[in-house]
Amino acid sequence: MTPAQTLPMAAPDRWLIVLACVAILALATLPWLGSALIVDKLIYLFILVMFAVMWNLLAGYAGLVSVGQQAFIGLGGYALIRLVEAGLPPFPTIFLAALLTGIVAWAMSWFVLRMKAGEFAVATWVIAETIRSIVMFDPIVQGETGTSLLALNAYDPDLRRMVLYLLSLATMVVMVWGTWVLLQRRIGAESQAIRDDEDAAASIGISTFQVKQRIYIIASVGCALAGALWLASAITFQPRTSFGVQWSVFMLFMVLVGGIGTFIGPILGALLFFALQEIFGDFGAWYLAGIGIVAILFALYLPRGIVGLWLDNGRAEPLSLRKRLGV
Amino acid sequence: MLDSLIQGILLGGYYAVLAAGLSLMFGVVRFINLAHGDMAVLGALGSLWLVQSAGVGVPLAIVFTLLGMAALGWLMQRFIFERALAGGFLIPILTTIGLGAALQNGMFAAFGSDTKSLGAHIGNLSWASWELPGGIFVGQLPVYMFATAVLVLGALHLLLTRTAFGRAVRATSTDAEAASLCGVDPRKVHRWAAAIAVALAGLAGIFLAMRAQVTPFSGPMMLIFAFEAVVIGGIGSLRGTLIGGIVLGVVQALGALISPQISILAGHLVFLAVLGWRLMQVAAAERGGWRAALSAALNKPDLSRRQA
Repeated sequence: MTPAQTLPMAAPDRWLIVLACVAILALATLPWLGSALIVDKLIYLFILVMFAVMWNLLAGYAGLVSVGQQAFIGLGGYALIRLVEAGLPPFPTIFLAALLTGIVAWAMSWFVLRMKAGEFAVATWVIAETIRSIVMFDPIVQGETGTSLLALNAYDPDLRRMVLYLLSLATMVVMVWGTWVLLQRRIGAESQAIRDDEDAAASIGISTFQVKQRIYIIASVGCALAGALWLASAITFQPRTSFGVQWSVFMLFMVLVGGIGTFIGPILGALLFFALQEIFGDFGAWYLAGIGIVAILFALYLPRGIVGLWLDNGRAEPLSLRKRLGV
Repeated sequence: MLDSLIQGILLGGYYAVLAAGLSLMFGVVRFINLAHGDMAVLGALGSLWLVQSAGVGVPLAIVFTLLGMAALGWLMQRFIFERALAGGFLIPILTTIGLGAALQNGMFAAFGSDTKSLGAHIGNLSWASWELPGGIFVGQLPVYMFATAVLVLGALHLLLTRTAFGRAVRATSTDAEAASLCGVDPRKVHRWAAAIAVALAGLAGIFLAMRAQVTPFSGPMMLIFAFEAVVIGGIGSLRGTLIGGIVLGVVQALGALISPQISILAGHLVFLAVLGWRLMQVAAAERGGWRAALSAALNKPDLSRRQA
């Protein structure tokens, strides 16, 4: 069990990381300067980044293309509602809710990870629908109506916004950094080997199921955490929104357009998606149809996304995990 | 109870038609079209548009819709799916999810969100019924739909087993490369299979428009029902698809006796149970039968670890 050998980091990457740290520090001071609207929008952006990074971990690095991660987004929110209803303080409970959702992901993993690609995609979706139907039986949720995280109203709105903003920023940073660390470890190389050829990976002694299971649970807890944060910012819990398949479409769009299976791609994709939503969001259905068409075009003609365009010009992939593994 | 059972069986015909297209694509072209349900909705809204806005009669609208959907399927295979399939297992999934989102929202933008139905245009067929001995009423429309479903699936079965085209399809689905060595062009076969599959989705959409309300966002649920019917019945056989559709219809109809929400949930749960059972059988077969699998499971908590 020797750790994978990694090459020293390239100079541009170091600058990129320094730049990211500066950006994070700037973002951390923003709530004292920016308006409430900007703060709210940035919270949503951070949550989008978390979704994209988690889905990329699952689909891009472990080859598990799920259309059902909304199960965990919804469950994270639902667990938060339930636990706060039971009297727990809202903000710390966000993390507890995500951990509890991880147990569901663990239980599900035994079942779904035995399936082939297409089956896995649809089955995870059906399970998300099943969980939604079951959650809708909860009297608190009141079926389609949904419920609200009323306990948050006890806080001053400005304070609540600031706490949530800093919490989301910190969570996003930890999630992105954690993914970076995770993928540089042995499991990162193992999961990519499984994605590329599962049988070959098994034949060289990788416990394919275990690796996939770990990635699946981590990505699901990440989605639950982002989902719980989203609920805390949106306040209203509606089963059709929280468990909606649109989350999967968004995650797919961000990861695909940014560059699936690259570290920086999903982050770029989330930024782009956020910008598109700001610019074209008012067009409603036409905008969402456009998102679908752009996703098709990227899948067909630019499957490596924006990062792929960058690479086509003969440049090195920024923050690549591929090259850093010098075995 | 008996009433629900009959309704469920008749509903199964509709699910079988919906599922047959998905199953054909999966069996022949080897991918799951995640926009299959949205194609069905496109067929439904297309036929509705023909009847309501273009003033075409219902029978003619059905013919036009089916032909249009077949052409669409052929074109999509030619220009989208072929390219997607060349990109590995990831790309078809991503492409068809994108296609689904584009179709749903495009239809929403073009046709609006109000629920629509063909029910008003088919005269008294939407409520007429026959009385069976025992005081059970059976709707005429569901019976006609079931009969159509059985006829269509039967014809498809004959097409696949008795004709040169069917032979080419079966050869391609078994081994596309070997088929092409024998003079079959797999790309052509895939295109025609996609045409048939999308036309079947269109037919299912027309059924849906006749028996219920359609919205531009009905597609994902239809895909899920289709997939459930395919898995319950077993992939790769039309008879299995019909049985799967009927099982799903009956389960949903019986669930509906309790509440409308239970109806759909019951379908999901039966699907998950069947899928779980299949996976366990596969896992057991890999370990030399049930006994070996059981003892392996008891001795080693990690069932999946390949035995050295």
